[in-house]
Amino acid sequence: MAVHPLRGAAAIVGLGITPQGKVYGSSPLGFAVDAVRLALADAGLRREDLDGLLVNPGLAWSDQTMASFAVQQAMGLRDLRLSAAMNLGGATAGAMVMHAVQAIAAGLCTTVACVFSDAPLKPPEPGGARSSSGAAYAFARGFDATQGFFGVNAMYALIARRHMHRYGTTGEQLGAIAVAQRRWANLNPLAQMRNTPLTLREYLDSRWVVEPFHVLDCCLVSNGGLAVIVTSADRARGSRRPPVYVLGIGQGHPGGDPIDTLSSGAALAGRTAFAMAGIDLRDLDVLELYDCYTFTVLVTLEDYGFCRKGEGGPFAAEHHTGPGGRLALNTGGGQLSSFYMWGMTPLSEAVIQLRGDGGARQVARHDVALVSGNGGVLSTHATLVLSRHPA
Amino acid sequence: MSDTSTAAPPKPSPVVTPDMAPFWAAARRHELVVQRCTACGSLRFPARELCRQCLGREAVWQPVSGRGKVFSFVVMHRANHPAFAAEVPYTVALVELEEGVRLAAQLTDIPPQKVTIGMPVEVWWDPVAAEVVVPRFRPRQP
Repeated sequence: MAVHPLRGAAAIVGLGITPQGKVYGSSPLGFAVDAVRLALADAGLRREDLDGLLVNPGLAWSDQTMASFAVQQAMGLRDLRLSAAMNLGGATAGAMVMHAVQAIAAGLCTTVACVFSDAPLKPPEPGGARSSSGAAYAFARGFDATQGFFGVNAMYALIARRHMHRYGTTGEQLGAIAVAQRRWANLNPLAQMRNTPLTLREYLDSRWVVEPFHVLDCCLVSNGGLAVIVTSADRARGSRRPPVYVLGIGQGHPGGDPIDTLSSGAALAGRTAFAMAGIDLRDLDVLELYDCYTFTVLVTLEDYGFCRKGEGGPFAAEHHTGPGGRLALNTGGGQLSSFYMWGMTPLSEAVIQLRGDGGARQVARHDVALVSGNGGVLSTHATLVLSRHPA
Repeated sequence: MSDTSTAAPPKPSPVVTPDMAPFWAAARRHELVVQRCTACGSLRFPARELCRQCLGREAVWQPVSGRGKVFSFVVMHRANHPAFAAEVPYTVALVELEEGVRLAAQLTDIPPQKVTIGMPVEVWWDPVAAEVVVPRFRPRQP
């Protein structure tokens, strides 16, 4: 079979992660500029080397239109040949890398920064009022508001409850995912929860947010920015840090209502990406799966085919996905326990692992990584297959 | 401190957009209605500009039984709006009506831990403010 022309055509050569979490004093635009600046420094590149810019604006960007132009102007970038603001929710990071790879392979540009940033958390108010507010994430309008039905948490929880009903998925199985990821986070100096251990008992005793979700089933909320630099495989060879080659890319957006299928877009996106990369699941050393909720991880494992539909609960619980387990899954702690930069969180951890920069949490075999992004309540999906080896 | 400052704030009244105005008018008459596409007959809720099946624009509001089953449910333990603070934990069920349409609504008259998927429910009408009546659901004898 002929090798796909995009397989290994481009590589990630720069990674920029700003301070994450309760970090104040910067606008989302400022975090985006910081992240791109850090990624350029990491790559050993200058601003002048960039000729492409893709921006995923988070929720606090709502007053900004043309976000990529705003970033260009804010950091004085000249003569870009690719520019776009993109939003597929958590699938955007993978989709940005996909567009960057395509544009580079087509000769339309050479070096593209892909960046996400957000600042939904507000600084503590005088008088000790609660410092953080996830209010930006509680979408309530019209009919739903009259029913006290608020937020993305509740929408995912409805689907999770149905999964539990149909397949017997349990809270302990969701908890196994939360605990395994926390153990990874405890080894990650960048993680917001690095100093907070977690047992299954503590998970089960933690407060409910929207039953069947405990607070520890839900991702963190973070201020910050995160960027990667994508360039051609040819240019990547001389780069400062070990290149991370993009072997496979794919998107999958099933449409319809996921509560009927209890599935994400991972099956569709994965087929495209795995075929391009010429790999199957056994070739993957590191899995960085989008984890807005523990439940999202469980469904994504099913949809990629690690187990059959409905068996994600027992599979996750029995595979010991924490450090030293059988499956290296969300090795930085994920969005549940490290930081919430939408699809950039799993992407950044894959780059760290493939480079061998994981420190105490470094996975021994780290040749090929799977990265997933998911958005719109199991409705948008992007898959990346990355490797430290060129095609 | 006056009573008004300590009382729970009023529950959110529906934002009556033009497309949902007939629904809320029917609610005041204690009548549950959903949209029916005049081209292909498929039902939908809440109001949408286009029919997903045939892309038709024309729709009428049609009364439905108000009877259905719990398709899924959640228990809200955090009040994202202060008006619901005194009620947590409360149940929101995704109700599948006999006509096949689903809507997410509060399920009352049953403790959250007793709710099960598949249980029969029926609509009742909650007057939350002058001229504002919203549907809720409660268990029904099968």
